[in-house]
Amino acid sequence: MSNGDAKTELIDAGAGGVPSSQQSLAKSFGLSLFYWAAGLFILFVLWWIGGYLIEINPNTTNFKDFGPIPTFKAFPELWGEGKIQAAVYTSGGRLGAGLLIAIIVGIPIGILLGRSKVFRDLSNSPFQLIRMISPLSWEPIAVIVFATWNGAIVFLIAIAAVWPIVFATAAGLAKVDPAWFKVAKNLGAKPWHMVTQIILPAIMFDILTGVRLALGVGWIVLVPAEFLGVTSGLGYSIADARETLSYDHLTAMVLVIGIMGYILDSSCAMLIKKYSWHH
Amino acid sequence: MAIFHNIKGSLISLTSAEQGAKHFGTAFTDKETNMAERNGVHINVRDLTHRYNPKSPLTFDKVNVEAEPGESIVIIGRSGCGKSTLLHIIAGLLGGYTGTNQINNKDVRAASSKWIMMFQAPHLFPWMTVEQNVGTGLRFAGWPKEKIRERVSETIKLVHMEEFAHKNTQDLSGGQQQRVALARSLVMEPEMLLLDEPFSALDAFTRASLQKDVRAISKHLGFNIVMVTHDIDEAVIMADRALIMAGSPGKMMHDLRVDLPDPRDRNDPEVQKMRAHVMQVFQEAAGSPKGSET
Repeated sequence: MSNGDAKTELIDAGAGGVPSSQQSLAKSFGLSLFYWAAGLFILFVLWWIGGYLIEINPNTTNFKDFGPIPTFKAFPELWGEGKIQAAVYTSGGRLGAGLLIAIIVGIPIGILLGRSKVFRDLSNSPFQLIRMISPLSWEPIAVIVFATWNGAIVFLIAIAAVWPIVFATAAGLAKVDPAWFKVAKNLGAKPWHMVTQIILPAIMFDILTGVRLALGVGWIVLVPAEFLGVTSGLGYSIADARETLSYDHLTAMVLVIGIMGYILDSSCAMLIKKYSWHH
Repeated sequence: MAIFHNIKGSLISLTSAEQGAKHFGTAFTDKETNMAERNGVHINVRDLTHRYNPKSPLTFDKVNVEAEPGESIVIIGRSGCGKSTLLHIIAGLLGGYTGTNQINNKDVRAASSKWIMMFQAPHLFPWMTVEQNVGTGLRFAGWPKEKIRERVSETIKLVHMEEFAHKNTQDLSGGQQQRVALARSLVMEPEMLLLDEPFSALDAFTRASLQKDVRAISKHLGFNIVMVTHDIDEAVIMADRALIMAGSPGKMMHDLRVDLPDPRDRNDPEVQKMRAHVMQVFQEAAGSPKGSET
């Protein structure tokens, strides 16, 4: 077959370039790693300079524990006491629950938005109105409605995280080739097949991008939400450290928040890369 | 030896030699082609009239189409005469018409996985490999995984794409993608294949090879082809009958029997003579071409 032959030739021709391609890939990876490490190093240096300036100023010297050296010294102590693990576990649980609710609610609403013009027109004004309410302003209502602080915090995360998922899902659906639905219908797709085998794989990239944004928003809402009422979690640990003037502990917990957020965001980015079909 | 079931449950056996490097157009002998059972459908379209909405003009008016099981009909017409719309209605993918649209003496009320449509673009699912794409309809029908794998593998061989079975469809050329779309249609053992200019975006060599293959497979498996095109060469290669549609709203002007032996070669004097005849009738019906449309 002429097409097949042509393709084989192309593949064969490509095989000759493999070593140089691998070298180029290794070089590119090495460069990325260098920039990653260099960026963190610059951040550390700036932090160290800031800590030094605080320390040498008589007016601010009481806050010298904000610097990197005391912070890194506090880590083994906090880890040994199990405070970091407990805070990460509790906050992670709340974030996970809120995000899960946002995904379960957000994806079907997003699909409805993308597929039904009536629903889109009907929901536009209420959704835009609710979306613009700051998530934290729901807190007094959430505290009244939910029996526990935990429930209230999970609600705050969910209501903050649901919108990026809803709108990313709807936007993804708007880009889907309508002919795919026609082809699938012609091949005998039932509504359930249409959702699970056509819509969801087609927009997985957009959904995961929405989840990534939602994770960022949820993570940002989590910490201030934990400042009030609860006696566990990363937000509580920071508030507690501030109350006890343990600035090294405070900065260490802030750093834990940054590291955890970075890991979660990178995991999302990897998932997006894995499940994206766009070449 | 691979086995491919035809729609009545009998078996068509294709030896590995038949599935070798040669295209289907040459893999099947005339004898085999003529031996094919007529397993398609009876198409009965009577006085079909369509408009897209109450305020829009008629797309076509009182169109009649009839085809016997296994027959290959090609509707030729200029852009805008409603031939694509007619194809969508016959496939059950479009409503809003008056008149009769029957397959095997039953009104067409919805799309069916036995009447598969192929479009100008392959519209493959890019998140799937070639074999996953081909097996889509079987998965929808709830086939067991093992049977799907077996049937998909045989069908991919039919269209000579076996070496690309595990590839992502985005890595394939236009012609290869259209072959995968053909396999995705054939795997359903269609009674009727509806072709909406599926080869028009391909280069001349790939187009010619696919035209031959599709006709040969349809004759071998016995299903109907209903194709729309504005390419008269394509019509003469593919058709048992060429229907000429013209005007706005479109009307069916002529029904020409394309009585040529298979496999058809466009350089054959008989084919060229038929082409000239169809072209003349087309021009008389639709007016002189204003560009290079035909």
